[in-house]
Amino acid sequence: MNSPEPQVIRMYEARQEIYPREARGRYASLRWLCVWLTQLTFYGLPWLTWNGRQAVLFDLVTRKFYLFGLVLWPQDFIYLAALLIVCAWLLFLVTAIAGRVWCGFSCPQTVYTEIFLWIERKIEGPRSARMAMAKQGPSLKKYSKKTAKHLAWGVVALWTGFTFVGYFTPIKLLGAATFTLAFGPWEWFWVLFYALATYGNAGWLREQVCKYMCPYARFQSSMFDRDTLIVTYDGKRGEPRGKVAKNTGKSINGGSCIDCTMCVQVCPTGIDIRNGLQYECIGCAACVDACDSVMDKVNQPRGLIRYSTDRAVVDGMTVHDIRRHAMRPRVLIYCAGLLLVVLAVASSLALRTPLKMDVIRDRGSMGREVDGGAIENVYRLQIMNTSERGHRYRIAARGLPGLALATADEVTLEGTETRAVPIRLRAPHGAGQTGSNKITVQLTALDDPALTVSETAVFIVPR
Amino acid sequence: MSDFTNNFWNLYIVVLTTLGVLGCAVLLYSQSKYKVARHNGPVGTTGHVWDEDLTELNTPMPRWWMWMFYLTIVFGIAYLFLYPGLGSYAGKLGWNSAKEYKAELARAESEYGPLFEKYRRQDLKAVAADAQAHAIGERLFLTYCAQCHGSDARGNKGFPNLTDKDWLHGGAPETIKQTIMNGRHGVMPPMGAALGSDKDIENVAHYVLSLSGSAASDPIKSVFGKSKFGACMACHGAGGIGNQALGAPNLSDKTWLYGGSAETIMETIRKGRDNTMPAFGDFLGESKVHVLSAYVWSLSNESR
Ligand code: SF4
Ligand code: SF4
Repeated sequence: MNSPEPQVIRMYEARQEIYPREARGRYASLRWLCVWLTQLTFYGLPWLTWNGRQAVLFDLVTRKFYLFGLVLWPQDFIYLAALLIVCAWLLFLVTAIAGRVWCGFSCPQTVYTEIFLWIERKIEGPRSARMAMAKQGPSLKKYSKKTAKHLAWGVVALWTGFTFVGYFTPIKLLGAATFTLAFGPWEWFWVLFYALATYGNAGWLREQVCKYMCPYARFQSSMFDRDTLIVTYDGKRGEPRGKVAKNTGKSINGGSCIDCTMCVQVCPTGIDIRNGLQYECIGCAACVDACDSVMDKVNQPRGLIRYSTDRAVVDGMTVHDIRRHAMRPRVLIYCAGLLLVVLAVASSLALRTPLKMDVIRDRGSMGREVDGGAIENVYRLQIMNTSERGHRYRIAARGLPGLALATADEVTLEGTETRAVPIRLRAPHGAGQTGSNKITVQLTALDDPALTVSETAVFIVPR
Repeated sequence: MSDFTNNFWNLYIVVLTTLGVLGCAVLLYSQSKYKVARHNGPVGTTGHVWDEDLTELNTPMPRWWMWMFYLTIVFGIAYLFLYPGLGSYAGKLGWNSAKEYKAELARAESEYGPLFEKYRRQDLKAVAADAQAHAIGERLFLTYCAQCHGSDARGNKGFPNLTDKDWLHGGAPETIKQTIMNGRHGVMPPMGAALGSDKDIENVAHYVLSLSGSAASDPIKSVFGKSKFGACMACHGAGGIGNQALGAPNLSDKTWLYGGSAETIMETIRKGRDNTMPAFGDFLGESKVHVLSAYVWSLSNESR
């Protein structure tokens, strides 16, 4: 070995700017549809009204989550966990079948990048103009364009931050507060933080979020197998690539790919799909759209780049075969799991009683003896009316012969009210055995007998 | 303010923390670029070779990522400067959890203070008739008073029932407020020695029982007891009707703080009793006590 000259390598390098060309085609349209759907939902939902209040509101101060007719209390936290589980299973299922379609079509990072790119194109022009501008020296025109772009981005970002906070603070009040900028400190923080995150992620970081930050991207590969749909370049058909030959429409070398690099130019992560599947590919199919339109122009069939599976490309399967392979064990397991959780959540939500009660026996006293040798125990009922309507409830107790309330047996609670109600239970002399006796306290709404909860407690008979 | 008994642990933490932070910076810098041997042509790998021919490709992170790491170090240093973290150094902002607690209390005070203040300026009976004040009073009672007096305010052995008309120190609204503000100390001195023999004590106990017309009272013992009752009159009065100025209980009713059997009364006479109601004035503040007093008064004066 002749004395090797050492070389410095860098573990960190400056980012290569990517100027994605606008893609047009069915998948691009589909993505815009997703953008519209998700953003109409996100920006619109907090403005809806239900029962005279904001339809969707996560009220952190009073710890109540309003979702249209549903009011969730801290005790219902399990539903949040369930929701996350459902989302996870859904994501697994979709990924196993169709790869990174979530990433390419509805991930917020993709959606906001799409919106920001659209603004960028409107202000700075198409890819070629943007690339040319980047090479130019400083000029007034360049800077005014850049400023306009960042202002527009800033407006969208601020609106997004505002909307986000509108899910936690009544958005109409927040809107009114905007004119005087009378936000609370946390509202300021979250509006600005969320706006900054939107601006930074969609404006500056873009594909880097997918490449370096996104944790989901890192473990998606475990859901992939040979039958998962991926964006693939059909090398058998495309190679050898070369310039287009006038007569055939194919390349002069005989392959279908005419090496126009359109697929590379549209790629938001800046990769060349013709090198095979790469971890940077977010499955957005922009390259599919691009190549399809090229194939149209040169009068070749579409699909040189297409959604296909590894097995299909290698073994040469038809679309029908791909469909047949979609239902494989892992997909069925994901489906079953998803179905199970959804059913469980739905039935538990349907069976939920919007009334909760805890029975707490006074610790200070054992049973006390009152007139005629009857025994009294004192309890505190922690009653939560989790519905939005007020009710009058009857309190009843059973479990010992002659057990009855010595205090008022009716109580009224307003909608979503929580109250501690002290009650005394009295058992006649001789009822039950010395020591603790199991009893049940029951609460029933007078106007709706289905609204019933019961709790067990102990009744102590002193020696 | 230092929680350390000697300076060694203080220094130990300061040195370890500082070295840790600096170590991270040095590590980051040293690892961001380094030299590898060039074999054939430009080196696209990190230079790691193992299992004979496996090499690791150099696929670098973006540079801003490295700057983010540096930023976390700057953040760490700034944090240690502003907040406690370096041994017993209190931090430039002087933050501590006790202060935070006080600030939170003050915030709650400024939020609910005006409400309580509004009630404080009203007459206690008027407050008692106010439904909202009643609900607030009930919550205060359940939080601060129910441990001793029970959730239903009916008391317990040694803890007075607040729902009856029987008051040790008087049941006027102002008196109740006085009791809650300043607390009470009820003392019954041991009278065993003053009364004489066990027999005498038993006789007095039966006399006391007879005052409330109890069937358990033995008439003969009661007669003997009456002659000895003089020692008790100073506090409980001639007829045993008690004295609210002294907090001496009325013995002629059927209410017994510790129980109304002859045995219990004898024990009370023999050993005396010492009963404390803590003062809540400093702890709750007058305006809260005001609402609470109105609630307690309303318990035995069902005016609502
Ligand atoms: S290679 Fe194609 S599908 Fe993958 S990210 Fe690039 S444009 Fe999208
Ligand atoms: S767009 Fe299609 S034809 Fe053009 S370079 Fe890419 S694969 Fe080849």
